[in-house]
Amino acid sequence: MRSAAKRIHPNLANRVPLWTEILLHLFFALFSIACLAPLLLLIAVSLTPETVLLQDGYQFFPREYTLEAYAFLFEKPEMVLNAYGVTLFVVVVGTLSCLLVTVLYAYPLSRTDFPFRNFFATFIVITMLFNGGLTATYIINVRVLHLRNTIWALILPGVSSAFYIMIARTFFRISIPLSVLESARIDGAGEWRVLFQIVLPLSLPMLATIGLFATFAFWNDWFRSLLYVDKKELYALQYVMMRALLNLQYLQQNMSNMSAEEAMLELAKLPSETLRMAMAVVSIGPIVLAYPFFQRFFISGLTVGAVKG
Amino acid sequence: MSTYRSTFISARKRRQRSILRTFFRACWRYRALLLMLLPGAAVFIVNCYLPMAGVFLAFKKIDYAVGLLRSPWVGLENFEFLFATTDAWRITRNTICYNLLFIFCDVFFAVGVAVLMREIWQPLCSKVYQTLIILPNFLSMVVVAYLVYGFLHPDYGFLNSIRETLGLERVNWYNELAYWPFILPLVHWWKQLGYKSVVYLASIAGIDKELYEAAVIDGAGKWQQAIYITVPQLTPTMVIMFLLALGNIFRADFGLFYQVPMNSAMLYEVTDVIDTYVYRALTTLNNVGMSSAASFYQSVVGAVTVVAANLVVRKIDPAQALF
Repeated sequence: MRSAAKRIHPNLANRVPLWTEILLHLFFALFSIACLAPLLLLIAVSLTPETVLLQDGYQFFPREYTLEAYAFLFEKPEMVLNAYGVTLFVVVVGTLSCLLVTVLYAYPLSRTDFPFRNFFATFIVITMLFNGGLTATYIINVRVLHLRNTIWALILPGVSSAFYIMIARTFFRISIPLSVLESARIDGAGEWRVLFQIVLPLSLPMLATIGLFATFAFWNDWFRSLLYVDKKELYALQYVMMRALLNLQYLQQNMSNMSAEEAMLELAKLPSETLRMAMAVVSIGPIVLAYPFFQRFFISGLTVGAVKG
Repeated sequence: MSTYRSTFISARKRRQRSILRTFFRACWRYRALLLMLLPGAAVFIVNCYLPMAGVFLAFKKIDYAVGLLRSPWVGLENFEFLFATTDAWRITRNTICYNLLFIFCDVFFAVGVAVLMREIWQPLCSKVYQTLIILPNFLSMVVVAYLVYGFLHPDYGFLNSIRETLGLERVNWYNELAYWPFILPLVHWWKQLGYKSVVYLASIAGIDKELYEAAVIDGAGKWQQAIYITVPQLTPTMVIMFLLALGNIFRADFGLFYQVPMNSAMLYEVTDVIDTYVYRALTTLNNVGMSSAASFYQSVVGAVTVVAANLVVRKIDPAQALF
């Protein structure tokens, strides 16, 4: 098709010349590699034997490969498993409640016949522009709501998102025809029934997009753990990783599960550098592996709704 | 006279009563929708409006023993403490300089990459590139800190390994101020540029194809198409992104400035921003007064910049203003 168009008029195909195209591919190939390479380095380090690492440093292609760091990690899996449990609970409960709140708030805003929609839209747009800052938020959550060292401290602050609500509202307004709503009402369906049995089944792409955004946001969150949690049982995966990065001993003490002196003796045996990287790989793994399958939702989701509307 | 006044008042009352009646009637009619709004409104009050009311704690000397409400008012004392330190200038400078760099370069780079990406005609290649370049956006800052550490580890880091093979001195990256004004923007772009480009690419896909066809018939090259079609068509999106970013100019990316330099105290001169300072004052220094003063300063100046930026845009083109 390209050559046919070219024969008629060299420029009608509106493509760049061949050498430019090659340069473009080169540029994007390099860009893609730059995005992927640090992750590959992380994986390579986690597979390097500790002794080799101490000689050569971190290398993309180590001289030898071993699974010893992973073996150590799975020998005493309690810490990682517990962190996985906390994170999964936060992700599931957080995402579901975020979706519910978002949908319930967005649907009335999308109804053009609803007289209070401007008031309630302004109510959340204000929160996009202004906020009380970290200290006030912290004091309210800790001193007034007493969320410190509860799992809700990891969930509640992430449930309200004006941005998701605006996306959902725009989606409802554009893609649910008013005639469908009217005919449902004539057939005697109440508002709740219309929302849950007609509107939501028609909105699955939008729900998938927002659900995925929320899932990633909860999965990747370490800030709320940093602020509100200092009980070990409530450490989420990202927070355990963060502690391990800032303090190597933290990992060793928790892995070996024994007194400080015993831990000191045990220290030498642990492949600490590679162990840390192995833990990072185990924590990143699922989400990165799942990512290519969800990626199309992100890209389609970007076009679903503009902020303004 | 008196009869006139009484009829006037009763007319006004009647009108008020009828307004109230329509209001309550509307409430009753839409009670289901109002009920749906309830959980969201409650969550927003708790998460956003209570903290907004809490900014006035900055004018109090907080004493948890007597409670927040009964703590004594101290006027501007907390602010005097804050601005008496050299920290106030340092954190303001760092926050604004990094953010200005990010705001201007982000738009420029992201649109540039999106325009280039549009010229990739093989759908499979385009998809693979997109998948890979937005991947960093979905990693947490903790993971990013690990990845940066992999390169910058003083003993085993990849960069130092390379320097050694080249016969150069090792660098203790986490102690050297000079490198961080370059490392931090690099990490920022590594993480966000791909995603932002794909956002713009999605907007470019929405541009009417006929515009380009007409331009080609008129003999416009690729460069002219980009300048005279793509960029003007993207302007509304760019303005909104720019406005939102400018409104947040006093708010830094906490993760980038806390996790990536691994909270290294040697680097505070170039990595300390308002957010990290507020956090440290609140938790490690345990100075709630200073923390709430810095936090108030950030919120209020931030609010002013949002409103000001919006006013300017409204002057230029009212259709593109946020409010």
